[in-house]
Formats: sequence, structure tokens, C-alpha cells
Amino acid sequence: MTALPNTRELRRSALFERLGLIGLVAPALLLILVTMVLPVGWLFYLSVLSDSGAFSLEHYQRMWEHPSYGRTFWTTFQVSFLTTALCILLGYPLCYFLSEIPKRAANLCMIAVLLPLWTSLLVRTYAWLVLLQRRGLINNWGIELGLWDEPLALVHNLTGTLIGTVHVMLPFLVLPLYSSMRAIDRNYLRAAANLGAGPLRSFWLVFFPLAMPGLVTGALIVFILCLGFYVTPAVLGGGKVIMVSSRIANDIEIFFNWGAASALGVVLLVLTVLLMLAAGRLVRMDTVLGGQGK
Amino acid sequence: MSAASLPISIAQVTKTYGKTFALDHVDLEIRSGEFLTLLGPSGSGKTTLLTVLAGFTRPDGGSLKFGDTEMITVPPHKRHVGMVFQNYALFPHMSVADNVGFPLKLRGVKPAEIAQRTERALEMVRLGGYGTRGVDQLSGGQRQRVALARAMVFEPRIMLMDEPLSALDKQLREHMQIELRQLHDKLGMTTVYVTHDQREALTMSDRIAVINGGRIMQLDTPRALYERPKNRFVAEFIGESTFLPVRVHGGCVTLGDQTLRTAVPPPADGPQLLMLRPERLRLLGSSEAVDNACNTIEATLVATVYQGDSSLFRMALADGTPLDVRGDSAVALEPGTRLRLAVSIEDTVLLALEPVA
Repeated sequence: MTALPNTRELRRSALFERLGLIGLVAPALLLILVTMVLPVGWLFYLSVLSDSGAFSLEHYQRMWEHPSYGRTFWTTFQVSFLTTALCILLGYPLCYFLSEIPKRAANLCMIAVLLPLWTSLLVRTYAWLVLLQRRGLINNWGIELGLWDEPLALVHNLTGTLIGTVHVMLPFLVLPLYSSMRAIDRNYLRAAANLGAGPLRSFWLVFFPLAMPGLVTGALIVFILCLGFYVTPAVLGGGKVIMVSSRIANDIEIFFNWGAASALGVVLLVLTVLLMLAAGRLVRMDTVLGGQGK
Repeated sequence: MSAASLPISIAQVTKTYGKTFALDHVDLEIRSGEFLTLLGPSGSGKTTLLTVLAGFTRPDGGSLKFGDTEMITVPPHKRHVGMVFQNYALFPHMSVADNVGFPLKLRGVKPAEIAQRTERALEMVRLGGYGTRGVDQLSGGQRQRVALARAMVFEPRIMLMDEPLSALDKQLREHMQIELRQLHDKLGMTTVYVTHDQREALTMSDRIAVINGGRIMQLDTPRALYERPKNRFVAEFIGESTFLPVRVHGGCVTLGDQTLRTAVPPPADGPQLLMLRPERLRLLGSSEAVDNACNTIEATLVATVYQGDSSLFRMALADGTPLDVRGDSAVALEPGTRLRLAVSIEDTVLLALEPVA
């Protein structure tokens, strides 16, 4: 076979194209390297240093032995799980409604859903404090209107924490779930109805499986964000709801124990990564089962 | 023992969107077991009428009966009609077998029977054994057949089809036209078929309802529609046609200075439209005579368009009015040649000047 003309030039132009693309992404990669990879690496390093600076696994050992650490992790998972569940309970019907109304109206409503995201987290958290505390707005109105006699304990406990976290996390569930629902071809539902499925069965057998990818994505984002959530649980939990994030903050601010804090951070990171891998399997399976393949 | 099909009775069905009539007081009687096609251009209302039959579109008013039962307010999941969608709407999260068995499952049929009937339906569309495949593993033609199997499996007495072949390539489409018609003949259900392809309609239907602007322009058998269109729209939409202005006076039809006879006596005096189909006009040899059943027209050849299996001979009358003739592509003639054309009296058709409402 005779050699083809211009192969070297064609290959070179392909290479330049590829290098161009890499060049575009290089600054971002560098940024991530400096602000994420290096600090996290440093974190790992700190976590295996004892107070005197020698190599030691004492921080991890303490976590394993002290029951309070187990309780902290359990509380963290509990709050994350409950927040996710409540977000789904509130968010699913909301997203369904948004996906049924005309696009223009939905976009307007979406602004209302996203508005909290554009407000400072601290402002939102303290606003809840003002509303929920013993002599806050809600209790004052409730007592004045005669709805209850004693002020309700709405904050500095799990209830207050969840109210705050759900409020913050809801948009993160709504966005992927809504876009997943919008993408569902309404002809599938018409076909289901034509074949004999009433509204309930149509929803459960056709709509719900097809919206699953969005639901799993949204739930995952909410859960993982909650694991590391600091500000809102710290303020609204009032020291009674101790999550891993609070523990880390205490170790650094009160005890100046960077080693212990780092160890906690490492464990949290590893757990999160494992969760993402497991869920990644789940989501891929769901995309195969519930994907919008033509 | 119930019949395999039901008649459909559509009376005064109207649907407006703002000021536009998507359906304008439509009356249509569809016979039991008939293959009826709704034929029309985009936006004519043919798909709207089909979705009214299926229950997806709520009309403003009118009556819809399947057999003797009024169905106009019945929700779609209680209508028991089979439907094939234009994009098939096969559930992507279910296998082929689950898709086809879906309507049976909803009706509480036992799993063993579901499996049996599913396989039988798949075999009828020549996809036997494809049950375990995923929908995304199928070609367009295969998906179309699965959609058909799913619509048939619960033995509906009425079948609705919304341009089911439009996404297929020409050869497959023509093949499926014949297959669909054969399935219809075998199973016997009343079929309402929507298409914009007039050739498809002519091939498959018992009767065709030509629709435009939400109204039925003509309801007739394919042959009657082709040979005796009642108005210009139908004549133009189906097959090729040339329109020539003529005058009618005392039962005589005059084209320029030539007199023509028609099979059907002209309806009224005054200006009318003459419709001629290019392939029904015959180029006559210089000494060829015609029998009494033909009209002759004199014209001059302007140009020849070679089109493979035939040629389009563009001609002009003495006053310059254009006239097309379709003929043998092996014939070669010089532009400017004066010729006589023969057309059977049966094919000399008059239309009213305005389209009939």
C-alpha cells in the first residue's frame, strides 16, 4: 500500500487542537491543584502527626476508642438523612407542579425557589433563629393568637436544625429533579394512559422511574452537602446537635488540636468519597433503567 | 361474543384555540372494521381529531360514539383503543416484553398468559424472541413494530395510528404500509390512520377523509377521490394536476376555442375550473385517430423534463396557458412541435372555482 499524502500534517493539526483544549482547562486544573489537592494532602499529613510532631496514629485511635466520636458520626448521618428525606417530601410535589405548568410560569416560580440561594447563608440561619427562638416571632404570634400556652422549643435542638438545613438544601434537590422531570416526554404518559393506566398507576409505573435519575442526583447532593454542613446546624442546634463539622471547629478553635481536626476531616472525606462511589453505581444503573433513550 | 370492531360516530366535534378552529363542526361516520385515513397537510386538524378520539384533547363540544356508547367525556385510560404514536413512545425503562405486556398487566391478566400473548403479538409483527431486548437496542423499524404489538396485544376494537411510518426510510415505509394493511385485514378492527402522505393514504385505505382547516373537504374511496375530486384543494393535494379555466355555456364546455365533453354533466353555466391529470393525457401521433370516448386538445411543446421512469412534457395552449403531460420518457420531441393530446371523457373533470366548504 502506498503511503497516504499529508498524514504528518493532519496528525500535527489534530495534536495542536488537543493541546489547545488542554490549554483552556489548564488554569482551572492548576487552581484546583493549589486550593484543593495540596491542602487536602496537607490535611492527611497533619492527621498522622502527634502533638509533638512525630508520626503517630493516635488521632485515629482515639476516634476508634471513644464512643463520643461514634455518636457524633451517627448524629451527622441522622441529620443528613432526615434533611434529605424532608427535602424529597417537600421537593417532589413542588417539582412535579413546576414541570406541569407552562415553561414561562415555571421559570418565574423557579426564581422564588432559588432566591434563598442568593441570600447569605449566615443571614438565613440567623433569620431562622429570630423566628424560632423562645421569644421569637413564631412563639410570640402563637401565644398571642392563643394557639399554644408555653413557648415551643423550636430551636437549639434537632427540630430547629432540620428546619434550617431543609430550607438551605431544598434548592439543591429541586434543580436536578425539576430538570429531570421536564425532560420526560409527555407522550410516555399519554401512552400509559392510552394503554389503560389511570393517573396513579401512570405516575408510579412510568413517571416515577423516569424521574429517578434526577431524584437520586438531587438526594445525593443534599446528603453529601449535609455531612459537612457547619454554620446552620451549629447555630440552630445550639450545641445540642453535635455534627462532625462542629467537632472539627471545636478542635481547632478551642483545643488548637490540628491533628485531631485533620483526622476527623480525613475520615469525613473518605466516607463521602465511598458514598459517592456507591451512589455512582446506583445512578448509572438508574440511568440505564430510567434514561431518556430514544 | 363481541365483534372484533366498533363503528365510530363523530358529530359536530369542534375545538378552538382562541379564534382558530382546529376542528370545525366535524361530522364523520366510520364504519365498523373500516380502514379510514385522515389525510391533510400540517395544521389541518387531522392529528387533533385523532387525539380527540384517543381522549387526550378535550373538544369544545360535539359527540363521539364508539358503537352506541358516548365517549366524549370518558378519560383516555378507559377508552380501550389501541394507539401507535408517531415517535412510538416505547417506555425506555422497560424491556420489549414489558412494554408489550404493559396493557395486559394493567388489566390484571395472569403472568403466564401475559407471557404467552406477548410472544404471540411479537410474532405477529415478526419480532418473535425479541422480548428480552432493551428498547434502545432496536432499530427504528423494529421499534415501530414493537409499538404496533403493544397496541394490538389487548385486542382493541379500534386502532388509532398517528403517522406511524413517517420516521422510516422510503423502502421500509412502503413495506410496512402493506404489512399494516394486512394486519388490519387479519384482525379486523376499525382503524383510523393519520398521514400527510397522499400516496400512503391511497395505498392503504378503504376510505379517505381529506381534511383542511379543521374541516373535511371530501370523504370518499381512494379511486373516487383521485378521479372525481370535488374541489381544488382535494385535486391539488392528491396526485398531480393541471388546472385550466374553461367556460360552460348551455351544457357545453369550452377551453379557449376547443370544445370538450365531460362524463358528468356540468353543474352550472359560467366560468369553471377544468382539472386534468398529467398522466391521463396522451400524446397522439400525427395520424392517430381517437375514439368517441376521448377529447382532443391541441397544444405546443415548450420543454421536456426527463424524470427516469417517465418524462414531464410541458406544453402550452394557443393562448399560452400552460398544460403538463406525463408520458413515456423514451419519447424525444423538439420544442415547438404542435401536438394533439387525448384525454378520456371520464378524466375530464370540472371543479367549482371556489373550494367547497
